[in-house]
Amino acid sequence: MLELVRVSKTFRGIQAVRPTDLTIPTGQTTVLIGPSGCGKSTLLRLMAGLVQPDSGKVLLQGQQLTPANALQLRRQIGFVVQDGGLFPHLTARDNITLMARRLGWKQQRIHDRLDELLDLTRFPAARLGNFPAQLSGGQRQRVSLMRGLMLDPQLLLLDEPLGALDPLVRSDLQADLRSIFDRLNKTVVLVTHDLGEAGFLGHRLVLLREGAVVQQDTFANLVAQPANDFVRRFIRAQRHPPELSLTDPGADS
Amino acid sequence: MIQRWLLVAIALLPLVGPTGCRTSAHSARPVRVGSKAFTESVLLGEILRLLALSVGSQAEHRAQLGDTSKTWNGLLVGELDVYVEYTGTLTQEVLARERIRTPEQLDAVLAGYGLRMSRSLGFCNNYALGMRRSQAETRNIRTISDLVQHPDLRIGLSNAFLERADGWNALKAHYRLPFATPRSMEHSVAYQAILQGSLDVLDLYTTDAEILQGDLLVLEDDRRFFPRYEAVLLYRADLEDRLPKVVQTLKRLEGAIDEKTMQQLNNRALQKIPEAKVAADFLAEQLRVDVPVEADSLARRLWRMTGEHVFLVAVSLLAAIVLAIPLGVIAAHRPLIGQLLLALVGGIQTFPALALLSLLILLTNRIGTWPALIALCLYSLLPIVRNTSTGIRDISLNIRESAAALGLSAWDQLWLVELPLASRAILAGIKTAAVINVGFATLGGLIGAGGYGQAILSGLNKNDALLVLEGAIPAVSLALIVQGLFEIVERLVVPRGLRLKPAE
Repeated sequence: MLELVRVSKTFRGIQAVRPTDLTIPTGQTTVLIGPSGCGKSTLLRLMAGLVQPDSGKVLLQGQQLTPANALQLRRQIGFVVQDGGLFPHLTARDNITLMARRLGWKQQRIHDRLDELLDLTRFPAARLGNFPAQLSGGQRQRVSLMRGLMLDPQLLLLDEPLGALDPLVRSDLQADLRSIFDRLNKTVVLVTHDLGEAGFLGHRLVLLREGAVVQQDTFANLVAQPANDFVRRFIRAQRHPPELSLTDPGADS
Repeated sequence: MIQRWLLVAIALLPLVGPTGCRTSAHSARPVRVGSKAFTESVLLGEILRLLALSVGSQAEHRAQLGDTSKTWNGLLVGELDVYVEYTGTLTQEVLARERIRTPEQLDAVLAGYGLRMSRSLGFCNNYALGMRRSQAETRNIRTISDLVQHPDLRIGLSNAFLERADGWNALKAHYRLPFATPRSMEHSVAYQAILQGSLDVLDLYTTDAEILQGDLLVLEDDRRFFPRYEAVLLYRADLEDRLPKVVQTLKRLEGAIDEKTMQQLNNRALQKIPEAKVAADFLAEQLRVDVPVEADSLARRLWRMTGEHVFLVAVSLLAAIVLAIPLGVIAAHRPLIGQLLLALVGGIQTFPALALLSLLILLTNRIGTWPALIALCLYSLLPIVRNTSTGIRDISLNIRESAAALGLSAWDQLWLVELPLASRAILAGIKTAAVINVGFATLGGLIGAGGYGQAILSGLNKNDALLVLEGAIPAVSLALIVQGLFEIVERLVVPRGLRLKPAE
């Protein structure tokens, strides 16, 4: 489905992504995870053609992503960012259907697709006429997801989709996302820094550090067989926040 | 067919547009009279206009064009046909480099510019010394030389006269006057002082209305110190070929106005009698020429000035919007070019208005509406370019990436996302530009573009506060109306989604 070959990217002298090979398996959910600055977001943008690699290539279904064909290929990719990135001047409906309308879809086709998506995301149809400012954070993310899925892309990319939500909404949406991914059976790449979320949503986790892949495996294997000390520390930090472990006398033993 | 419409449009242009043109379709170009921004010049301009009308010619008067450079250049580039100039101004200022000594030399130099000059209209408007007539008679003083015998007289001089190279110090040396150099004082103060008797001698112009009002005596320049500022018609040579009858008629003014008459005319204008009326009365009494003068009521003046002002603001603002929004878009997407652009339009903003207007008159070879429109357009650029650029750059990265990731083309991203999201900022920029523009447009009065500035300028020249207010109050009102209009436009243009407060 999606293949990265010796891809690298440098921003102002800082190597965000070191030469990396990565294959994203079709029909599964892959989670890119790591501490901030590890290059996971840049990697996701390279996949969407939003950032051009300095070297190497990105292959989408065998076709290399270039600035010339990015516009076309992006329509086969759904992209969801933190906060949703909704256009504030358009209603939820117009946000979702904007690209389909630009591509000249028939009214009926748009309508039918919208119905499917409402059902999939459990978004109340009555709120389609609302502007983003009139929606809750969770609702905005559902709209953003519908917008990303409108053209029925083969690949769905999500950058910290739940990062800005409060914990209760977040756990609700996590459950919904998992069922959505299961139903869709699409290739999904999701970026998060939360190991629990990664384990809950991902078939496969890719752990990154300073622009390089440290380990890729299932959640269970990652926890059971950390490749090195960094992975071990990353896992432990996520389970026991450091300020708690200070008061925990068992932590040192 | 299209051509015919074009012709009609071009024919109508002067009617909808600028400066109260008194053109009509059936005759050739009208006689275009100019005047500088002081009462005497405007009065003489009106006299010329009415005289031209009296022989059936079309005539328009572009009044109060500022200083000599405006009228002189207007004549050279053919925007004006004729105006009243002073020989001293020509020999001492405009053509100072030619070192002209005789009237024949002056004629020859003017011919080189394609210009001609009439004989003197009969009066000089140059510097002179004056005193109370009663005191002069008691002491038997008639000439400046006579002052030498009266070293006890108290003298008060304006700053300009003290500073000029051909002013006080040279005069004092020329006549060996026995006075110490006094401190300068405001001319109006000196005038009041001489009326009260606390001052005896002051500098003035030979056609000042004050000479009549205060019953002053202008001392004869018996040893010919002051350069002669003889009033003459200055006109384009081609006017004589085009409209010989008009030139012939205008030349009836040669020798027809003496200093006393000019003082009276100035005096009447100072008493708030409209210039056209003063001019018409003069022609009827002195030259037996009757020209009906259309009464210009306050309402009509306001209507005309408002039309001109709104025209200046609307057209220049529209042009600025068309120019500035694309520039702002470029500035937003190319930071380096953006810096350059903003520095450039910022630089224009700091360019002094009068200097810019003068420069534009030279560049466009026109006076009046065109340079005013261009200047106003240039001054409107900065707020619109800056707000467009900032408005677009302030769009969050999330939204830009989402637009790109959807697969929207760059053009669609601009039209469907960037411009709507920046619309509020852009509109705010346009609003700022419009309000500033209403104020700046009053400067149009300086170069004959009309508008409220004309009333303000006349009022300042005549020291007539009411006349100043006649221009200033509508200008302020217009600014407020423009501001209000934009509030309404904002409701229509800024997408509703941007005007909502977040629900959470």
